[in-house]
Amino acid sequence: MQNKIDERIRNIGFFQKTLVRPEFGSICGVILVIIFFLLIASDNGMFNPDGIRNWTVVSAQFAIIAVGACLLMIAGEFDLSVGSMIGFSGMVLAIGSIHFGLPVWQSIILAYILSIALGGVNGFIVIKTKLPSFIVTLAFLYILRGLTIFMSVTTTSKTILSGMKPLADADWLAPIFGGEVLTGLFQWMGDKGWIEVFKRGVFEGQPVVSGVPNLILWAIGLVIFGHWLLTRTRFGNWIYAAGGDASAAKYAGVPVNRVKILLFMFTAFCACTFAMCQVTEFGSAGADRGLLKEFEAIICVVIGGALLTGGYGSVIGAGLGAIMFGVVQQGLFFSGAEASLFRVFLGGLLLVAVITNTYIRRLIVGTGD
Amino acid sequence: MSEPIIKLDNIKKNFGSVIALEGVSFDVNPGECHCLLGDNGAGKSTFIKTMSGVHPPSSGEIYFQGEKVTFNSPHDAISKGIATVYQDLGMIPLMSVSRNFFLGNEPTKGWPVKLFDHETANKITEDEMSKFQILLRSPEQAVGTLSGGERQTVAIARAVYFGAKVLILDEPTSALGVKQTANVLDTIDKMRTKGIAVVFITHNVRHAYSVGDRFTVLDRGKTIATANKNEVSPDKLQNLMAGGKELPSLED
Repeated sequence: MQNKIDERIRNIGFFQKTLVRPEFGSICGVILVIIFFLLIASDNGMFNPDGIRNWTVVSAQFAIIAVGACLLMIAGEFDLSVGSMIGFSGMVLAIGSIHFGLPVWQSIILAYILSIALGGVNGFIVIKTKLPSFIVTLAFLYILRGLTIFMSVTTTSKTILSGMKPLADADWLAPIFGGEVLTGLFQWMGDKGWIEVFKRGVFEGQPVVSGVPNLILWAIGLVIFGHWLLTRTRFGNWIYAAGGDASAAKYAGVPVNRVKILLFMFTAFCACTFAMCQVTEFGSAGADRGLLKEFEAIICVVIGGALLTGGYGSVIGAGLGAIMFGVVQQGLFFSGAEASLFRVFLGGLLLVAVITNTYIRRLIVGTGD
Repeated sequence: MSEPIIKLDNIKKNFGSVIALEGVSFDVNPGECHCLLGDNGAGKSTFIKTMSGVHPPSSGEIYFQGEKVTFNSPHDAISKGIATVYQDLGMIPLMSVSRNFFLGNEPTKGWPVKLFDHETANKITEDEMSKFQILLRSPEQAVGTLSGGERQTVAIARAVYFGAKVLILDEPTSALGVKQTANVLDTIDKMRTKGIAVVFITHNVRHAYSVGDRFTVLDRGKTIATANKNEVSPDKLQNLMAGGKELPSLED
């Protein structure tokens, strides 16, 4: 009985099984773009320790916001206010610590509380009005950006606040965003002559790449957390269900509204983390920070194999999408290509990803749906 | 006759100015299949949604095992053992069979964080589905790859596994082929012998008559008639569904 198989069920080969995994396309993509740039840009230092650090930091930034966007998209919603949220929470941190003289750790906590609360408001409005989240968060894109500029101009009469670096370095909480780990290891490798060190100047003898930025650890940590949440927990099952068919999920007793609101808050958390890392690492905040980040996050998620309509996707895929995005953006820069070409490339990549995903979905549900 | 497991008394439901139900009463006994018949727009779907907690009634009372209850959400009804199998929105096509099977009731393991126990879920899904003669390639295959009849069966198997005492089937046969319909009707028959109360919503009199013990006909939000199987013929039911008017005979 157990071994009897319906004669009409075709055996599915290993290839097709692999193909319907949401990460498959993005793994291939990452390998392809890395090979491509190894061929054309390795002479320009893209794959030196310094170069690698450059594009991994960019990729990690994308990955942090892509994790939130990915879970939210699988649950069937969008958040277009991610970029404005980055500008807003970064400005809260800078105004709090520089203008009002709050300890940096208090400003960081304040930024998190405000942005998570705003994420909750986003979700609440979407749930209550039943409007598409596209529209609601588009409104927030403008509202938050405007408020951020207003807030910084009225309190400090500036739109860019610098001078965060000394404050952040003296704080106990800020280094977990802007600091580095494994600095000892890198110094040791520099001393051994395995990696490049500065030859002269005040940094003489110190390695060019002094450690692994915590930003990268945040990105890896968030991707692992998101993947674990989605695939291993009950909540993950509810995320799939909320995006797959919200009314079916409700009838099965899934608290769809709660799931969605929590994910809007998580997306805001990710945006705030992005901003905290950016401000503490670069030492300044700007009211115009994070422009277009919401679309870049969505692009990473879609390249990573998630369906725009929800119900299907992978956080690992989104992370790989972020790597691809970072490699392409910095790779074109290293290879000295015209910067405008990056957008052409990106648009093309997005189109290919969406077409592939649609095809893959047909494979999953059998025949044309 | 035994006491009804669920009894709905004089249920009324308005949606704004639209009166969807105008005082419908209905009950079902354990081990009985009570068919709810009616043409499109008769109020069948609205009525079962009050029974399953989706729409609280505007007025009227619900008694479960003789006790007055109010259902504010589907969850309230589910926790009493009232399971509903909807015609098309019960299953999520992109999710695997076992994820669908345990949706909202996921088995967990581990501490301090309770994790979704995929191993148990997959094993139970496979076992339960084979009881209904559905052999899965894998419990992790997407529901979208199953046929309509198989999806209905997954939903029924799920409801039964989670201890449903009342099984509400909303037009389970309307989109199915001949053989799949026979399978679903056979499943209904099996449920009845297990002592489960079945509420079978359909507008197909033949399907209803082949498994039903009792029939209630709705029209325009009102009960037209309730009759036992020995009191009524399929033709009579057909005419009642048409609002008492004789239908032009096309059958022969």
